[in-house]
Amino acid sequence: MNKIADAFAASPNGKAFIPFITAGDPTIAVTEQLVKAMARAGADLIELGVPFSDPTAEGPVIQDANIRALKNAVTTDDVFDMVGRLRAEGCVVPLVIMTYANVVFSYGIERFAAREREVGLAGVILPDVPHEEKAEFAEVFAAQGLDVVSLIAPTSHERIREIAADAQGFVYIVSSLGVTGVRSEITSDIPGMVALIRDANPGIPCAVGFGISTPKQAAKMAAASDGAIVGSAIVRMIGAQGEACVEPVTAYVREMAAAVHAV
Amino acid sequence: MANSPSSRGRFGIHGGQYIPETLMNAVIELEEAYDYYKDDPAFNAELTELFNSYAGRPSLLYYAANMTADLGGAKVYLKREDLNHTGAHKINNVLGQALLAKKMGKTRLIAETGAGQHGVATATAAALMGMECVVYMGVEDMERQALNVYRMRLLGSEVRGVSAGTGTLKDAVSETFREWTNRIDDTHYCLGSVMGPHPFPTIVRDFQAVISREARQQILKAEGKLPDAVLACVGGGSNAIGSFYHFIGDEGVRLIGCEAAGRGIDTWETAATMNTGKLGIFHGMKSYFCQDEYGQIAPVYSISAGLDYPGVGPEHAMLHDSGRAEYVPVTDDEAVDAFEYLSRTEGIIPAIESAHAVAHAIKLAPTMGKDQTIIVTLSGRGDKDVAAIARYRGEDLHE
Repeated sequence: MNKIADAFAASPNGKAFIPFITAGDPTIAVTEQLVKAMARAGADLIELGVPFSDPTAEGPVIQDANIRALKNAVTTDDVFDMVGRLRAEGCVVPLVIMTYANVVFSYGIERFAAREREVGLAGVILPDVPHEEKAEFAEVFAAQGLDVVSLIAPTSHERIREIAADAQGFVYIVSSLGVTGVRSEITSDIPGMVALIRDANPGIPCAVGFGISTPKQAAKMAAASDGAIVGSAIVRMIGAQGEACVEPVTAYVREMAAAVHAV
Repeated sequence: MANSPSSRGRFGIHGGQYIPETLMNAVIELEEAYDYYKDDPAFNAELTELFNSYAGRPSLLYYAANMTADLGGAKVYLKREDLNHTGAHKINNVLGQALLAKKMGKTRLIAETGAGQHGVATATAAALMGMECVVYMGVEDMERQALNVYRMRLLGSEVRGVSAGTGTLKDAVSETFREWTNRIDDTHYCLGSVMGPHPFPTIVRDFQAVISREARQQILKAEGKLPDAVLACVGGGSNAIGSFYHFIGDEGVRLIGCEAAGRGIDTWETAATMNTGKLGIFHGMKSYFCQDEYGQIAPVYSISAGLDYPGVGPEHAMLHDSGRAEYVPVTDDEAVDAFEYLSRTEGIIPAIESAHAVAHAIKLAPTMGKDQTIIVTLSGRGDKDVAAIARYRGEDLHE
């Protein structure tokens, strides 16, 4: 249980809705409530951001969330402890950490992976670790039975096959150029990218992120792949509502998950 | 396999390519282009022509007789990068990268800047070569270096303020990387120091190595022997690696990088990465960084906007590990004293960044023999700093 692959397998139609939140924004207690509520609302896999001081792949919305969480002095250990509590309470939704290389490296890659396994996390997504640098992390995580998720981008072209062949958990398809953030339309050739991934690694699920905010977009991306990832749209809601965010975020996730599961 | 994991662009354990996948093909394309042009006689002839006829190279190696007499020890030579066009060593790298970008068919340059020197140099090269240019600069630095902001605009560049984080150099670097992921096809990121993902640390070092290539010949001509020590200030480390490079193989030459200690390495208000940082991964590279126990990058401080960076280039990290180079901390107070000292003693106003190297020379020279020599790289001129130094001394100038 708690594996990334389970998230896709357990979904009603094999398509996963994957929300992202920054742990500790607005507080670690609210993050804990959000995870439980989003799981009940149909989230198949949840990305938990461990805040970083300089998130270079993020747009302003998630940058601000990182700043808010760090102002609350939220640490990597606080996030592990929270996940430990969630598991103790019987929350079984697969959870994957999304953070930056230095957060894992400074904690100690082995120690980080060991804590992940201990508390019941499924792996890590590191947007500043490309294929060329992946082994340093992936070998250690694999020893704990955990996945390091690979990303592919609209600029990946001939790199897609090699990245996909070596991918674990799922392939994160970055839909657009630029950083995270809501976009009115996604113009990349997603079906073309998916076809290359499937050809290189037929067993690996893939999900699309960056720029998705509406149920229509999510359904379209899930139809073209195996899932949709939504970060900024949720984080913006959390930023605006603060501690009152749980209800509106839950309603939003319910609507988005339904759209993905109806594909 | 060309892309075998973790084998690319390493200096010892440092370096690498820790960047988003979106940028990987861009740095691979850059590496391929550079590998071709670095050995291309036509490219090198064109660059040398730009260096000599536009930037004013070779720069002088000046014997600082007054300083030498006053300090009473080693003979002090100053490598005068401050005399280059745009007033700093930054132009060396920028002319090289702009020319390379042009050969690659790029029409637009983006760059980060701290003190504004690299931004001004990039804006200058863009104007010369008819390229579009956008410079990212922390809002705090825009305040500290308002003249350079205007200078860049005068040169036809757009300056975009970065208010994220501490509003200084590291935030400007982050924002420029973000912009590069947004627009790659026509845009080259003209990185200003020997940092970031491979191949930048190598490219920038090679273009800055002209400093030690000249200095080595010049000192041999003047003294008939190699220097005993070479000193340069280190932020990211581009003028330092340029000053060290052609002396690395000469074991008798001490290589000394002077870091910005700010208010002291026992305080939080410091930017002395080698002396206070630890191994980490940031801005595309593995190297030493000022950071907390959870890997959060520290909000560093120095009086010098150009040294106010929490990391250091990977080749310096390797030279530090091997002991080939030494890295010493120099405080704000020491740098300001040296700024005033060189102005009075030699009639040369150094950049506050370069004053960090001068400050260490003031300490080092008296401990050495009169038959020994040291080269201090003056990476830039100090006109941009005059108002800030006056403020530091409690005087407000209204320009």
